[in-house]
Amino acid sequence: MLGLEGIPVQIDSRPQPIHERGNALPIVHEVRHALERLIATGEGTQIDLNAIPFGPGDEERLTTLLGTGEVSATIEALGPTRIQETAIPGVWLVDYRNAEGQRLALHIEIATIPGILAAQSEDLATAIATLDARLRPGQGAPRLES
Amino acid sequence: MTPTKKTLGESLRDHGVSRRGFLKFCAATASMMALPPSMVPAIAAALEKAKRPSVIWLSFQECTGCTESLTRSHSPTVEDLILDVISLDYHHTLQAASGDAAEQARAEAMKAHHGQYLLIVDGSLPGPDSNPGYSTIAGHSNYDMLMEGVEGAAAVVAVGTCAAFGGLPAAEPNPTGAVSVMDLVKDKPVINVSGCPPVPMVITGVLAHYLTFGQLPELDEYHRPKAFFGQSIHDRCYRRPFYDKGLFAETFDDEGAKAGWCLYRLGCKGPSTYNACATMRWNSGTSWPIESGHPCLGCSEPRFWDAGGFYEPLSVPTTASGGTLLTAGVAGAIIGGAVAALARKQVKAEEADRQPVTVDELEQKL
Repeated sequence: MLGLEGIPVQIDSRPQPIHERGNALPIVHEVRHALERLIATGEGTQIDLNAIPFGPGDEERLTTLLGTGEVSATIEALGPTRIQETAIPGVWLVDYRNAEGQRLALHIEIATIPGILAAQSEDLATAIATLDARLRPGQGAPRLES
Repeated sequence: MTPTKKTLGESLRDHGVSRRGFLKFCAATASMMALPPSMVPAIAAALEKAKRPSVIWLSFQECTGCTESLTRSHSPTVEDLILDVISLDYHHTLQAASGDAAEQARAEAMKAHHGQYLLIVDGSLPGPDSNPGYSTIAGHSNYDMLMEGVEGAAAVVAVGTCAAFGGLPAAEPNPTGAVSVMDLVKDKPVINVSGCPPVPMVITGVLAHYLTFGQLPELDEYHRPKAFFGQSIHDRCYRRPFYDKGLFAETFDDEGAKAGWCLYRLGCKGPSTYNACATMRWNSGTSWPIESGHPCLGCSEPRFWDAGGFYEPLSVPTTASGGTLLTAGVAGAIIGGAVAALARKQVKAEEADRQPVTVDELEQKL
């Protein structure tokens, strides 16, 4: 019986050439329009990259072109949501993942701060009560050092 | 019976889901329903109050590929879908009950949610004039079971090309007299989620749309939701720029194929096929047929099995099919080859008459 080395099939492991299709460039122009709108009116924009017909390498070309900025954050709710500022101020990548790490959605958000990162008004409604409960001893609150 | 009294918002809060988690769920739902992210606040408001609809799933002449596809949905997962989004009260393959208990669950669900439940059907079924013995469940013909289920349904969702258009069972010579759901159901809304199988996120997306907005999505002429079937594969294909430049793969291993050029000349049915594969992809968004180097077969279109060779370009006349040659060849062996010669002559004549289609002409037609 032949070993693996005896099988006359060789895998071509040379780096494959990158074929530019031009699919990422229109998104960059859409981001530019959204930035103009944000600066002029304060109106934010979200672009769902799952809805864009990208081929192999297109997403990487887009994220490489946008670069990496100063801020990154992770929200742990129903799995991780990773937020990364790009090198363009006001342009963020928001990567929604489920608990198994599979991508649910990938948005480019053009805003001063991504909406999901801000404290939510529905949660703020219970914030005082939550803090008050922690100020009362014996309510399961962390003990304060005196 | 699974209770359906809680709203989705209450159900998620009971599971300890925060507001950010809920917004994330809504962002994923918007993406799944092919709606823009700007719709997320409206979706959040609607989902907060939405109640889980009762769903009864009937499987007729099918291969279970559609259910296999559904179980590959990752947003929501089929577990999330069943536990949080819908109340799946009857499904042969997924339910724990069997035999009389299963049939009793179906009867109870139909009675308890009369006029409100969603009836999902996969598979075609022998028509009313066909022998009902071709496909029965618990001694009932598919036709009787469908009509019984339709009577109290709010709407019927035909999942897969077999249920939507007859599919493989209805392909020539259609031995069981198979028909589609919309051939039989005329007095209730029918939504066709075609595909062989359909993209899993499209199945869950249609259910999520009904859950979110309490009404059916906008449909095309074949009763398919426009959100997923509104644009052709060709128009959403990442290889489209190559088509526009006239760069085509001529064989599966030439330099054009390796460079990822357009697969039109290898038989791609993308220009005449409407589906969401190009953006939603398969296997958790990993890839889809054209990205893996194979032409689109057109599986979400009516009668795609009988629409000519999978590897013949759309510009080749479908009457010159291999079937014609094969049939003629068998007969030819018996009667001296006269019919086969006639068929070959017909093909040659059609090939001689065929006018090459230019890229410009195709652009005008599309």
